[in-house]
Formats: sequence, C-alpha cells, structure tokens
Amino acid sequence: MQIENTPTLTIEHSAGGAAQSVMASGIWQVHVLSQKGLLKGINRTFTSLKKKAELEWDLTGVASIDHIGAQLFWNAWGKKRPPRLVLDPRQEELFARIEQASRHTLPRTKTSPLNWIIVLGAGLLSFFEHLHGFIELIGRLVQDLGRFIRRPNTGPWREISANIYHAGFQALGITALVGFLIGVVLSYLSAQQLSQFGGDIYLVNILGMSVIRELGPLLAAILVAGRSGSSITAQLGVMKVTEELDAMLVMGISHGFRLIMPKVVALAISMPLLVVWTDAMALIGGMASAKLELGLSFRYFLQKLPDAVPLVNYIIGLLKGMTFGMLIALVSCHFGLRIKPNTESLGRGTTTSVVTAITVVILADAVFAIIFSGVGF
Amino acid sequence: MGETSRRPQQLNRKPEEDVGPPVVEIRNLWTKFGKTVVHQDLNLEIYAGEILSIVGGSGTGKTVLLRQMLGLETPTRGCVRVFGEDISEAGPEQLQRMRNHWGMLFQQGALYSALTVFDNIALPMRELRALPEDVIRDAVLLKMDMVGLGAEHANKMPADLSGGMTKRAALARALALEPRLLFLDEPTAGLDPDASDAFVTLIHALHRELKLTVVMVTHDLDTLFALSSRIAVLAEKHVLAVGPSRDVLRVNHPFIKQFFLGGRGTRALEVLDERDEERDEDRDDAEEEEPKE
Repeated sequence: MQIENTPTLTIEHSAGGAAQSVMASGIWQVHVLSQKGLLKGINRTFTSLKKKAELEWDLTGVASIDHIGAQLFWNAWGKKRPPRLVLDPRQEELFARIEQASRHTLPRTKTSPLNWIIVLGAGLLSFFEHLHGFIELIGRLVQDLGRFIRRPNTGPWREISANIYHAGFQALGITALVGFLIGVVLSYLSAQQLSQFGGDIYLVNILGMSVIRELGPLLAAILVAGRSGSSITAQLGVMKVTEELDAMLVMGISHGFRLIMPKVVALAISMPLLVVWTDAMALIGGMASAKLELGLSFRYFLQKLPDAVPLVNYIIGLLKGMTFGMLIALVSCHFGLRIKPNTESLGRGTTTSVVTAITVVILADAVFAIIFSGVGF
Repeated sequence: MGETSRRPQQLNRKPEEDVGPPVVEIRNLWTKFGKTVVHQDLNLEIYAGEILSIVGGSGTGKTVLLRQMLGLETPTRGCVRVFGEDISEAGPEQLQRMRNHWGMLFQQGALYSALTVFDNIALPMRELRALPEDVIRDAVLLKMDMVGLGAEHANKMPADLSGGMTKRAALARALALEPRLLFLDEPTAGLDPDASDAFVTLIHALHRELKLTVVMVTHDLDTLFALSSRIAVLAEKHVLAVGPSRDVLRVNHPFIKQFFLGGRGTRALEVLDERDEERDEDRDDAEEEEPKE
C-alpha cells in the first residue's frame, strides 16, 4: 500500500492556537483500515481530539471512504454531526445514511436477578417433558409391535434387516477388538493378584463370571450406543431438518411403524448376538493371557468354565443385551425426533443422545443387578 | 464446429461509456464432469458497475460458472480472472484479499444457523480482527437498515426468519465488508411475488448507492428484465449471446425464442417496456404484476 493511500488525520493549529482543524486524507476503506496496527493509531488520535469541542473537520481530502470508515468518524464525533464539517456530496450521502441508521438500537435482553430459578424450573420442566415424550414413545412402540404381530406379512422386514446389518454385522469388528483387549487386560490383572496366594485356578471363575454376566453385555451396549445410537439420532434429525419426516406423515406412513419399531426390533435382535460375540472374544483374550501369565491351558479353561459359571448367568447376559439394545434404540429415536432445524441442535442432540443412552444402559444394568442378586451363584 | 461460432454474439458490448477493464473475465473455459462436457470454450466478460444476469436452461452449468468465479470449483481448462487476477493461480493470501472484495448471496441464504442474525452479519467484520466492537455494532445496524431489516430482528435465529427476511439478512452479510462485486444465486427464488418485487427494488437501490458490480444467476424473467443491464444466455455449452436485454431478444435462435418469448416471457417483457419508458428515473414497483407460477 502506498503512503499517500494510508488513512491519515492531519491536525492544523490556527494562529491563535485555540481552534484547530482536522484534515483527513487517504483511503478510509475497511480493507485498508483493517491492516495491522493502523486502527490503533487512528483511534488514539480520535481519543486525543475528543475533548476539543471547537474542531473543524475537513474530509474533502479523503480519496475514498466506505460505511465502516465513515462509522469510525461518526463514533469519534459522539454520534452526531460536528458543528463545523466539510464534506463532498458523495460523503454527505454516506453520513446521511449513517445518521439514519444510528437511530436504531439493538433490542435489550433483560436478565432478572432471579434468573437461576427460571433456569432451574425450565430444566425441571424439560426433564418431565422428556420423560413424558419417552413414555409416549414406548406406548406407541407397543401399539406398533401389536400391529406387527397381528399382520407380520405387511411389516417393515426390509428396514429391520437393514438395521440388523448396520447395527449388528458392521459392529462385529470393533466389538471383537475391544472385547479381546478387555479380556486380556482383565485376565492379566486378576492373574497377578491371584498368583500371590496360589489361587490361580480361580481365574476362570472371575473371568467367566465378570465377562459373561457383566462386562460382555455392557461393553457391547456402550459400543453400540456410540456407533448406532449416534447415527440413529443424526439420521432422524436430518430427516426432520429436510422435512422428510413430514413427507412420510403426509403419505400416511407412520414414523413409529416404519422408522422407530424396525430400529428397536433390529437392536433387540442384534444386541444379544453381539453379546455372544463380545463374550467369546473377551474369553479368548482372557484365555490367551492366562496361558502366557499362569500357564493355564486352553483345554483346562474351557473344561472349567461351565462349572464356574452357571448357565443362568449366560441367559441373564443375553437378556441384558436385548434390553440394552431396545433402550439404546428408543433413547436415540427420542432425541432424534426432537432435533430442531439448525446445525447446533443437531450436534447437541446427538451428544445428548449418546450420553443419555449410555447412562440409561448403566442404570438398567444396576436394576438387573438388584433383580437378579440371588440368581446364578 | 468452427472456432468463430464458439464466441458469444457480442451485442453492443460496452453498454454505456467506457468502463475500463473487465472485473470478471472468463477465457476459453471448459468444465467436464466425468465424460459430460458442461462448458466448452466459454468466454464472458463482466464490466464494473453493470448487473449481468446469466440465464439458461437447467443443467447448463449456470451455478457451476458462478462457483468457478468464486473459486469454489476449478474449471477443467481455461481461466477465470477476477479483478485481473487468475483465480486458480492465486495464492491463499491473494485469494483472501479477493474474497474480501466480493460478496455472495446463496440461494438458501446459507446463514449460519447457530448464530443470531446480528452475529451472522458481524462475523465477516469480526474475522478481520481489527475493528473495535462498538464500530462493528453500529456497522451491523447500518447494514440491517440498508437491506430493510429492522433492529428488532437482530437477536433472532435464522430459523425464526421468513424467506424474504433470510434473503435480506444474507444480503446484509454479503455486503458486510463493502464489496465491489456481488454474486447473486437465484435472488428471488422461493419468494412470493410481493417479497420478490421488494427484493428486486432493494438490489436495484443498493446497486446504485454502493456502485456495485452484480453477477446474477436467475430463472425468474421478471427479476431478469427488471434488474439486468446485460444478459448472458448460456446454451449449447457456451455463451450463446450477451448484451442488453432488448438486443438479446432479437437474436434468432430457437432456445432464445423459446426461453424469452413463451407465455411467461411475453408477460415479463411488459415490465421491460415499462422500464424503458421510465429509464433514468427511479423505478417504482408499485404496479400490479402477474403473479408467477
């Protein structure tokens, strides 16, 4: 940028020294003004001039000026025309526009000192509203399931199958990896402790019980909540944003029957299968680790497993898997349907959905622990 | 096809006085998507201060051309110069400087849905990281005033705005950094006739006040004739004709005949006649017009 184009303010002292005049020159356009450090100097000059009332402003030397440049002057003048001002006709127009716009003020948002009560109340209301919506969703699901059972040949088989593929089959890799690693870690830690007092053979009990009854279902559920839960919420949310959900309603296709029920059914079917898979992988990992750490053979491990873990634990695990799957699908659908048509809501809705799904799964796990506290030992 | 036939028919090329070098210059541009050729040896020049409309049937690559001028897409061959600089060869800093000199109004507004109207308009100014917040606040209010958006809408979210207001807010955002060049993609699509007319008047007024160069893609013949100082017709993979609307209409080509002189075109032409009568005057859109389909 050449020197003569730099926006400058030249202050001229009159002979008496009292009255001054300010001559502006250069290009007062936003692209020039936003260059590094330029605006600071200009603002400093403006502040130093603020106290002097009897100033004459001459802007005719300005090569070009835009609204933002003019706004700078306007604000420096205290949002009114100074009594002595020289402008050219083009600038007159500009400042007339600014004068007109300066009448507008931003609407104020009032915050009351008791705001926290409002926030608390709104939070509580929203909790009950969610609860109400969730119960309604379950009710609708029961109705849809009834309709499905009465006339299975008109049911959404294709959607169910697609959902089993996405939520079940495609999750095999990640659940296998995580299950195997957790099995290795758990077996390794327990083996170290057990070998201290010669209880090596109890490794099978600890590993079998914890994996089959507790960790397998929980691990699978957490992974599915992260994978499928988020995708269900995002999918429904985008469908809501693009009015696809409304389009379905207009055609008389019920959301519950075609979108929500297939997902719940698919997860109720695929989750127990994923639990079996995760259990197997975790036990294989545990077996491998036990062989290396304690020298327990695979044959011994497999022979001992049925004695150490009664079959009912396995069934409890599968039951948990099914329940978790349905809960994850319901929670994700619930939040998906509540997404508002903007990007922020979509992001927040998906996060809330996953966090809530995992929390609900762990809560349900605790309920299972209480109900079946006397079973399977 | 011969080399000469690929040149657009230049009809009275420079509209009024000498306008200097073109603001946008497209030279021998080719666009291919896979094997489909969209543009073949396309040439177009846009001069300072004019409103140039690009028209053409669906799939003739009007929006693609607009996106190429903005540097959002790279042509397969040929070059696009904006402010005299080749877009595909400009470095990031050069490109950023160019971007500060143009504004784009997207078809759906493309307002950031997570920000309020005020923050949307303030965003480009804040991105400069130089302007003080009080100047930004006043400048945003000024822009809102310019596009006819009351200050009471400042704290609304884009989702709460009507179609017309979304376009106005998006226009205010496009104008935030005082661009010299404004791109409009279907500015009146999705607006009712009243809102559409009001928006046309607004663009007309802003064009005069801010001395903008406007490049517009539109389907709407009313908007086209009411605003454009020149029209570029895109067909057969190149610019078929470019010039003032009257002259383009006289071109004897089946596409142009069909596009402009169908039923809707004839109705829209009445607007053009009215405009010719009151040239040099302030256009007033108060008269009744045929509602669009």
